[in-house]
Amino acid sequence: MATLQSLLMRIVYAVILLMAVLVLNFSMMHLAPGDVADTISQSMGGADQEILDQIRADYGLDQPFLVQLGSYMGKVLRFDLGYSFFYNTPVTQLILQRLPATLLLVFTAQILALFIGVILGVISARKPNGIASHFVTILALFGYSAPVFWTGILLLIGFSLNIQLFPVAGMRDVTIEGGFWVHFVDIVRHLVLPVITLGSIFLALYSRLARATMMEVLGSDYVRTAKAKGLSEREVVYKHALKNSLSPVITLAGLQFSAVISGAVLVEAVFSWPGLGTLAFQSIIARDTPTILGILFFSALVVIIGNLLTDIALRFVDPRVGGKG
Amino acid sequence: MSEPLLKVQNLRIELSLRDGIAPVIDDLSFELGAGESISFVGESGCGKSMTALGIMGLLPEKVGRIASGTITFDGEELTTVTQKRLRAIRGNEISMIFQEPMTSLNPVYTVGEQIAEVLRAHQGLSKAAAWNNAIELLDAVRIPNAKRRVSDYPFQMSGGQRQRVMIAIALACEPKILIADEPTTALDVTVQAEIFDLLNELKRQTGTAIIMITHDMGAVAEMAERMIVMYAGRNAEQGPVEQIIDHPRHPYTKGLISCVPHIMATLNDERHELTEIAGIVPPLREFGKDRCLFASRCNMVSQQCLDKRPPEAIFGDSQRSACWHAEAV
Ligand SMILES: Nc1ncnc2c1ncn2[C@@H]1O[C@H](COP(=O)(O)OP(=O)(O)OP(=O)(O)O)[C@@H](O)[C@H]1O
Ligand code: SF4
Ligand SMILES: [Mg+2]
Repeated sequence: MATLQSLLMRIVYAVILLMAVLVLNFSMMHLAPGDVADTISQSMGGADQEILDQIRADYGLDQPFLVQLGSYMGKVLRFDLGYSFFYNTPVTQLILQRLPATLLLVFTAQILALFIGVILGVISARKPNGIASHFVTILALFGYSAPVFWTGILLLIGFSLNIQLFPVAGMRDVTIEGGFWVHFVDIVRHLVLPVITLGSIFLALYSRLARATMMEVLGSDYVRTAKAKGLSEREVVYKHALKNSLSPVITLAGLQFSAVISGAVLVEAVFSWPGLGTLAFQSIIARDTPTILGILFFSALVVIIGNLLTDIALRFVDPRVGGKG
Repeated sequence: MSEPLLKVQNLRIELSLRDGIAPVIDDLSFELGAGESISFVGESGCGKSMTALGIMGLLPEKVGRIASGTITFDGEELTTVTQKRLRAIRGNEISMIFQEPMTSLNPVYTVGEQIAEVLRAHQGLSKAAAWNNAIELLDAVRIPNAKRRVSDYPFQMSGGQRQRVMIAIALACEPKILIADEPTTALDVTVQAEIFDLLNELKRQTGTAIIMITHDMGAVAEMAERMIVMYAGRNAEQGPVEQIIDHPRHPYTKGLISCVPHIMATLNDERHELTEIAGIVPPLREFGKDRCLFASRCNMVSQQCLDKRPPEAIFGDSQRSACWHAEAV
């Protein structure tokens, strides 16, 4: 089957891409001044050259570049990302602890923004001078110009400090006791402000694009055909027009997966969200090389998986993607 | 004589443009009998498509509107009918195929679904019945291997095949009127002839009345019994095709006919030089002026033509020409 084959090709490309990311990551970290030995000796309060050499030998840091790269890649493929001396934990474990929080934040923000963005886009495209359309314009202006941390801090002041509606920080309240639903509600309450903060940027992008594509599609020849068939307004808009306006928005949403780290770092920092962003921030300051490399690897992985998902989603809405023809 | 199937009287369609309102259709009247074929001819921008969209109630939103006049279909006044009733007529009793076969089908649905949905909407067919019917219709518009092609997407078909699918959609509910807006303009010459043949044959089988919009005078002679020559949103001349080709009573019609040597050759032996009508259709904002809009291109122009819009002169029982000097043409 042509579709399956082209999807397989995508996966092969994804793996090659991931390898390239690994090589690039490793080279960059290798070129940067300072290494594990320096970090360890610092944490011991200084060490002499002999001990430094000993540490370097222990960790294989005295080996040629290619040998180090090879052993690094070999380990990564076994999901061994090394050991963080800063946290005293294997990096994989460290990341897997933090990853769910980030994924929860990013996916919730993405999906809500996509859903609301498309709905806003449709409503405002049908009434270009209506309230929804003006809202989209203002939202876009705001989303493009307001820095994430500023929005986040404003929301915190407004809805956590002044009106104490939502918790100030973190992802869960450890003092809470109860069953699944109690914890669920607790996490949702913690999630609201970070999701609004991160989601508002996405929403600004998606609603504006959805409005533009929807307006274009509503003026297209095939929508005229749908009307000429005597179909109901609902079928014309939600069956014939909507499906055609989704592709660009999905493509854009796919590109936003790169915001997993960049966008999340700021939002997570403001709300002390226990995710990868916070981890990245801390390990960069601590110059915790294995952790930074691990995070880079995982964020590349998330971006690549995100792109694959985008590709699959595009195939659902547009038969011209992939297949024969 | 009984009432015609479609009767358009003094139709005026206005477009809101940046610099004001222009009558893109100005005082147009014509009739179409059941099972009859009528052809609209005229250069690009004369308002042929606007007339068709006006009848369908599909004028560009917020830009075009029917300002006055009546469109009576089967005794029902379409200009005042509810949207709901209009939707029940569209695609069911009056359907339309468009000038742009490459873009008129929805790229993200199979052609089968696009045919089947119109059957489900108007005839209340079940999913399966509509799908089977779609296969039969594809077969009827001579798409080979209909059973397999029915689940193709438009991008997997050629322009000619897409136009055949459009014809299948339009004829699915056996409408009383089919409006074909330049159905072959965007297609190869060989494909054009095939589409005309197909339309002719389907017309014979179903007895659907056809409004054929074209600027191909050859197609007019082949397809239609009566013709309407439009110029700048107005009726220039209308009447039986043979009578008009034999003796046009409007300088514009005469110019159009002499552009096409072969229809002259088939209808009389006299051969004319192939000429083009010099000049262009006036811009939209001049459409409403009280004078003959063809004057700038007419070799018979007189002061009268520039001062006042010409009334229609009648020749025989049904040839009508809007020209001050129709007698002399
Ligand atoms: N949506 C629109 N907004 C403004 N003007 C329009 C619009 N659609 C068409 N027009 C104008 O209306 C006039 C008549 O257009 P129409 O499409 O009816 O011409 P036509 O006779 O079908 O020409 P063609 O042979 O090129 O199809 C043209 O001058 C065109 O520019
Ligand atoms: S009215 Fe005058 S200008 Fe117009 S077509 Fe007739 S002769 Fe020509
Ligand atoms: Mg046209």
